[in-house]
Amino acid sequence: MTEQTDSLSHLDLNSSDKTFLATNELILNMGPQHPSTHGVLRVILKLDGEKVLGTECVIGYLHRGVEKIAEHRTYTMFNPYVDRMDYVAAISNGLGYCETVEKLLNMEAPSRAQYIRVILAELNRMASHMLWLGTHALDIGAITPLFYTFRDREEILKIFEKYCGARLTTHAFRIGGCLYETYDGFEEDVIKFCNFVDPKIGEYETLLTTNRIWVQRTRGVGYLSPEDCINLGVTGPVLRASGVKWDLRKAQPYSGYEKFEFDIPVGVNGDTYDRYLVRIEEMRQSIRIVRQAVGGLPTGPVMGKVPKVLKPPPGEIYHSIESPKGELGFFIVSDGSTQPYRIRVRPPSFVNLQALDTMVRGALVADVVAVIGTIDIVLGEVDR
Amino acid sequence: MNPVATPFFFYLLAAIAILSALGVVAARNPVHSALSLVFTLLSIAGFYLMLYAPFVAGVQIILYIGGIMVLFLFVIMLVNIERAEQEHRFNSQRHVAVIAALVVAAMFIYSYTHANSMAIFPQRGHLVFHPEQAAAMETNNTQAIGSMLYGQYMLPFEIASLLLLVAIVGAVVMSKKRI
Amino acid sequence: MISRFIDYVAGYLKSGVTPGEAGNALWALIYIVLIFTGVSIAVIAMNWLERKILAHMQVRLGPMRVGPHGLLQPIADALKLLIKEDIVPDRADKLVFWLAPVAIVITSFLVFVVIPFGPQHAVTDMNIGLLFMLGISSMSVFGIIMAGWASGSSYPLMGALRSSAQMVSYEIAMGLAVVSAVLMTSLGSSASGTLSMIGIVQSQQEQGVWFIFKFFPFGLVAFFIFAVAMVAETNRAPFDLAEAESELVAGFHTEYSGFRWSLFFLAEYAAMIAVSSIAVTLWLGGWMRPFASFHGPEVRIPLFWNHAGTAADPSGAIDLAFAIFPAALFFLLGAIAALGTLRMPKHRIFRVQTIGLGLFALTLGGIGLLLLAPPVRDRIQDIFWFCFKVSAFMYLYIWYRGTFPRYRFDQLMKLGWKFMIPTAIGVLVGTAAWGLTAVYFHG
Repeated sequence: MTEQTDSLSHLDLNSSDKTFLATNELILNMGPQHPSTHGVLRVILKLDGEKVLGTECVIGYLHRGVEKIAEHRTYTMFNPYVDRMDYVAAISNGLGYCETVEKLLNMEAPSRAQYIRVILAELNRMASHMLWLGTHALDIGAITPLFYTFRDREEILKIFEKYCGARLTTHAFRIGGCLYETYDGFEEDVIKFCNFVDPKIGEYETLLTTNRIWVQRTRGVGYLSPEDCINLGVTGPVLRASGVKWDLRKAQPYSGYEKFEFDIPVGVNGDTYDRYLVRIEEMRQSIRIVRQAVGGLPTGPVMGKVPKVLKPPPGEIYHSIESPKGELGFFIVSDGSTQPYRIRVRPPSFVNLQALDTMVRGALVADVVAVIGTIDIVLGEVDR
Repeated sequence: MNPVATPFFFYLLAAIAILSALGVVAARNPVHSALSLVFTLLSIAGFYLMLYAPFVAGVQIILYIGGIMVLFLFVIMLVNIERAEQEHRFNSQRHVAVIAALVVAAMFIYSYTHANSMAIFPQRGHLVFHPEQAAAMETNNTQAIGSMLYGQYMLPFEIASLLLLVAIVGAVVMSKKRI
Repeated sequence: MISRFIDYVAGYLKSGVTPGEAGNALWALIYIVLIFTGVSIAVIAMNWLERKILAHMQVRLGPMRVGPHGLLQPIADALKLLIKEDIVPDRADKLVFWLAPVAIVITSFLVFVVIPFGPQHAVTDMNIGLLFMLGISSMSVFGIIMAGWASGSSYPLMGALRSSAQMVSYEIAMGLAVVSAVLMTSLGSSASGTLSMIGIVQSQQEQGVWFIFKFFPFGLVAFFIFAVAMVAETNRAPFDLAEAESELVAGFHTEYSGFRWSLFFLAEYAAMIAVSSIAVTLWLGGWMRPFASFHGPEVRIPLFWNHAGTAADPSGAIDLAFAIFPAALFFLLGAIAALGTLRMPKHRIFRVQTIGLGLFALTLGGIGLLLLAPPVRDRIQDIFWFCFKVSAFMYLYIWYRGTFPRYRFDQLMKLGWKFMIPTAIGVLVGTAAWGLTAVYFHG
């Protein structure tokens, strides 16, 4: 899929011998069908040999017009659509949307519902990070972590399936709370999973953290300074790996996160290796949160008092949550009818993808693969 | 070890060498030329083996085929083939080539017709090497070359390696923009 | 007629030289056929083993459907590859595209000509055995370059350039490591240097030490360099950049399919076996059993273990233990297969599979019994130990693949040129210095 730049194709045959072996910039087209662009991302790379001079992302291959669809659906009907954005962390999407609409309605979910939401959202964070770790390691050439992480992610999906019947696009939450009460043995399942997964995270670390080749491939690769992060609007683990302690769960607590005790892992170097460490530690912190939430799960209703027909007052609202990939925000404009006037999603993958060019400039082609992996994008969310 | 079917292999190798040498000059595609040259060099390595010079044969394969020809192919592939194909083949060197070919042919004809009167060539119909001489050469060829290179011809050998080192440094300096 | 033939066979078997040395074209041909089939079967077995072992490393089962525990999977795969459509891309250079898999298979199998499976079990013993091996393995680059270029597509070309650059650079380190092993043959008390593969093993036998342990740590470091370089040379993980799926699809054989692709597969695994055999020959004592210089107290068992007790025909207890090891190993494998048979689900759907696995267990046990018979046992020892050591390397290859991420191209080159080659030169100088000192002080 390489093609030479204009400067080479116009090379006329009568030119002097100097140009015969002259090196030229090469335009390499990576994707949209490429095994390691994590979907249908297309990156146009400008190369000098193997060195990357610049990149351009071409997105939109998975564009389904989710935001436009929202204008023709009621608030309740739109709820399942958000699951299809970041489909590996569907529960976080649902949480973000439901919380935003609840905020627009000026209500709050009952505390039992909030706890269930936190448990599921944190389990989902772990599932998302596991999928990220497996595919990221696979891109760098380590094939075994993928199977380890998928084995453990399977256990999370089993809990989801038992809770709401779906594994991936769960539609677990409703505006005003949760539709389902927990099933019998939910708490035991979750605690059992926590006990199961705790040593498994150590297993991933044995495979990778001190692996010389892994360290060589990731340390110093895709460096992003804290200033760059803030200027580019990067959020989530990528931001935290650069040393900025910013996590919406702590900064603007939602859904009762203020009741739980957990640390925000922060990196130092802002490279791919630190982002790996940050995400690994986040998985551990998620286990901590889940344990506390299950321990303190209050009794009571799981669904708040919500009218049959949702008619939020006219106005606009922005609310954001910490999804596994970063700040996931929903901006909803209501005109007082049953359907939103306009919904705009602030997807973390889309915003973080902007940093790709800064991260790979001057790196090698093989690093591009590592960096795309480390940003942790889901094209469903980038293109919406 | 007694050689098996020597004439057969000699003519086989000779045929391969000549045909592939023709291929080198006749092929339109430079990659085909280079691959033909590989076959020529391989059959020459075969000749060395038949002349009880296994070490030279091995070195021929490693250096010429495994080293030089690989680099040749590298360069040819990286260069724009379409452009190279359009270049005029048998260009200005044609006359020189004809003269060289004639001179070599004359040499061959002369030595073939006058072989009996020349001391350095064996009599026609006689063995080039006596069997026991050949056996000694085969078992000690490598060792003999080693002791020659590191004994009698130490200085020329070292000078040659110095020359190669200079060539390597030169190539690096020329190709690298900054070191 | 028949008795003459038997005499002829027996006469050859007793002569104790390789067919090449004996000038015996018939036996050379038999050996070539045997080695070719043996290596092909080993490649098929490797296919199954790699998938199973890798699968078990990755907490999954691997092939389970075709035959009991997927035992027939490689055969099914081979059949599938054979009957697939033969696709030649439009922009391909037909002749070179056709020639490339042939070239790569020939080069990877040609190395086996000099590999000694036993003191007399090699096609031939060349005076330049090692040089021949290095030359042939340097020629395998051609198959890759030809395949990459002839495909007429950019990814194969890039893959071919990468893998040939890699092979050319690691060949230097490999060659230097090999030279230090050759140097060790000439630095014994009574040894004279040799490049012959059989000579190198014999030299280890005479000196009573595997070269990996000689001049510690020089032999070990040289072996380590060779062991790394041989992985790079065969383009396997973690040096499989040329076939990096995440970057270059499948490298130089992206455009190949069906039978031609299977030739590349065959060549890759044959090359892995070949380089492992060379490592075994040079550093791990070739066909010698472990602790070959220890014999233990003399043991005699009538009809089973009745050796003369001389150096050529030892009869110690340790000898006996190692002599029955091959049979014991096959009995163990047979027992594992038998256990698997008993644990098969008792359902009539699985009846054929259970019978198949049972037959497999019986076959393994039968081979074990055969290996216990004294005439076979004594003749098979050297070949067994050689293959055993080579299979340890094969396991390492699979292990690497399950464990390591992939190097980046510049890191690979840096490792090759800035670490491996200087270290190899250092080891060479160190070996020479140590050897010369030893010769100087001890005569």
